[in-house]
Amino acid sequence: MLYAILCYDSEEVSGSWTKEQDDAVIAKLMVVQKKLAEDKRLGPVARLMPTSAATTVRKGKEAVVLDGPFAETKEQLLGFYVVECASLDAAIDVAKDLGRASSSNGSFEIRPLRLFRPGSLPL
Amino acid sequence: MTCVAWIDAALRGARPQAVGALLRHFKDLDLAEEAFQVASLRALKAWPEKGPPRDPAAWLVFVGRNAALDVVRRRRKEAALPDEAVLSDLGDAEAAVVEHIDDAPYRDDILRLLFICCHPDLPATQQLALALRIVCGLTVPQIARAFLVSDTAMEQRITRAKARVAGADVPFEAPSPAERADRLGAVATSLYLMFNEGYAATGGAAHVKAPLCDEAIRLARLLVRVFPGEPETLGLAALMLFQHARTPARLDAQGAIVLLEDQDRSMWSRDLVDEGTALLDKAVRHRSAGPYQVQAAIAATHARAARWEDTDWEGIERLYAALERLTPSPVVTLNRAVAVLEVRGPEAALAMVEPLAKQLGGYFYFFGVRGALLQRLGRAEEARASFDRAIALANTPAEAAHIRMQLDRLSKVPRARAPGR
Repeated sequence: MLYAILCYDSEEVSGSWTKEQDDAVIAKLMVVQKKLAEDKRLGPVARLMPTSAATTVRKGKEAVVLDGPFAETKEQLLGFYVVECASLDAAIDVAKDLGRASSSNGSFEIRPLRLFRPGSLPL
Repeated sequence: MTCVAWIDAALRGARPQAVGALLRHFKDLDLAEEAFQVASLRALKAWPEKGPPRDPAAWLVFVGRNAALDVVRRRRKEAALPDEAVLSDLGDAEAAVVEHIDDAPYRDDILRLLFICCHPDLPATQQLALALRIVCGLTVPQIARAFLVSDTAMEQRITRAKARVAGADVPFEAPSPAERADRLGAVATSLYLMFNEGYAATGGAAHVKAPLCDEAIRLARLLVRVFPGEPETLGLAALMLFQHARTPARLDAQGAIVLLEDQDRSMWSRDLVDEGTALLDKAVRHRSAGPYQVQAAIAATHARAARWEDTDWEGIERLYAALERLTPSPVVTLNRAVAVLEVRGPEAALAMVEPLAKQLGGYFYFFGVRGALLQRLGRAEEARASFDRAIALANTPAEAAHIRMQLDRLSKVPRARAPGR
């Protein structure tokens, strides 16, 4: 079974780390990831940019584009896509297409990636 | 990361929100600050034992409010205090904190706190000192070092600033949209000043002033988070990120300025450029251009070019023309002339620069640019005179040193153009 492990923490705190502190945190995490990668058990790893870089697309007849991260608490995270786009507008178009194709309500939050490693899972 | 380092980061991160909320409750900057200090001390004791709270800011507001009540009671014994009515709903602190977490008045708390510190009645140096002390929590000696003054002088500056804003009438009700826009504008100006104060430093000062850039960016990101739909706030944050990305490349080992054209762009921070690009993309979608967005777009154009020779100068000239329309100023025209030099050559650029002589007659950079243009046109004597004037007007040794370098190049020109080279 594949498991997704999602990271949650206070952005105010992580945003207050100095470059050295940030590097130290990442270095420690890399030790854990390295072992998983060697066992061919590590899939894609992504670090997101801060929520200040987030845009939300609310699904509906007419999709609504909002600045900022997804803020509702009534809905739950169901999944995610990683898509290469030339610009934010292109990413919004992809989200709108996905929205039209899905029959449900809900939203997409678009967050640029700060770091992406495709991982080493055997296909 | 050690536990103490984590707590320190958590306290720094929660500070604007917590002090902003405490200020709303107590309507007194000193009391809010003191309450936060006491709460921070308690956090240092309590958090390692019990683990960090889910919401550090809410914890600090709750503990800080109770602590400040003690301070109020203590002060009451020492001196007559304002009416109980001045302090808002002190009885039901916990309920108010719950409301504070669920609701979003903290947006305006943060803005009010920043606005008070960046109050237009204060001179710029006092604004920055007060914001760094109250909002960012830098110590007085840290701030004093950044402004190259003694601790005592900085202490006095901050005290004066506090006294002045205590007299300035800032309403504590939620601001109207127009007031909010005014406050955001004033705060943005101060944050950019703070950034530039750090960025313009050279030599030994560069090191002690670097935190000013980090703090300005941290506050700009915070503003974007709490007011997500403001294109100029996004533009300001993007502009700072693009400029800060160049920091590793813009000073040499001696602390002298390395010109944009000579910088090793592989040293630019990719992370910061990417974040700036993401924020500028968001801003542009609003189709409401403003000076910060245009300046960020200029910086983004530079960031897109792998080398100086790859720069899209026509794009940059168009952007400077747009900036001229938004904020007409001879300095903007001077910058536009530099782009014109690359697009249409030195003659066209000089024609644009010469009419500015009257307005910019006391401006170091004007004579630097003019000298460089004359040099390109082979008018060496006039170029030398212009560079001499620039040195006389230089504000810092680094600026003067930079022009002397240009003068050195000038004397090398004949050799560089010798046949066979």
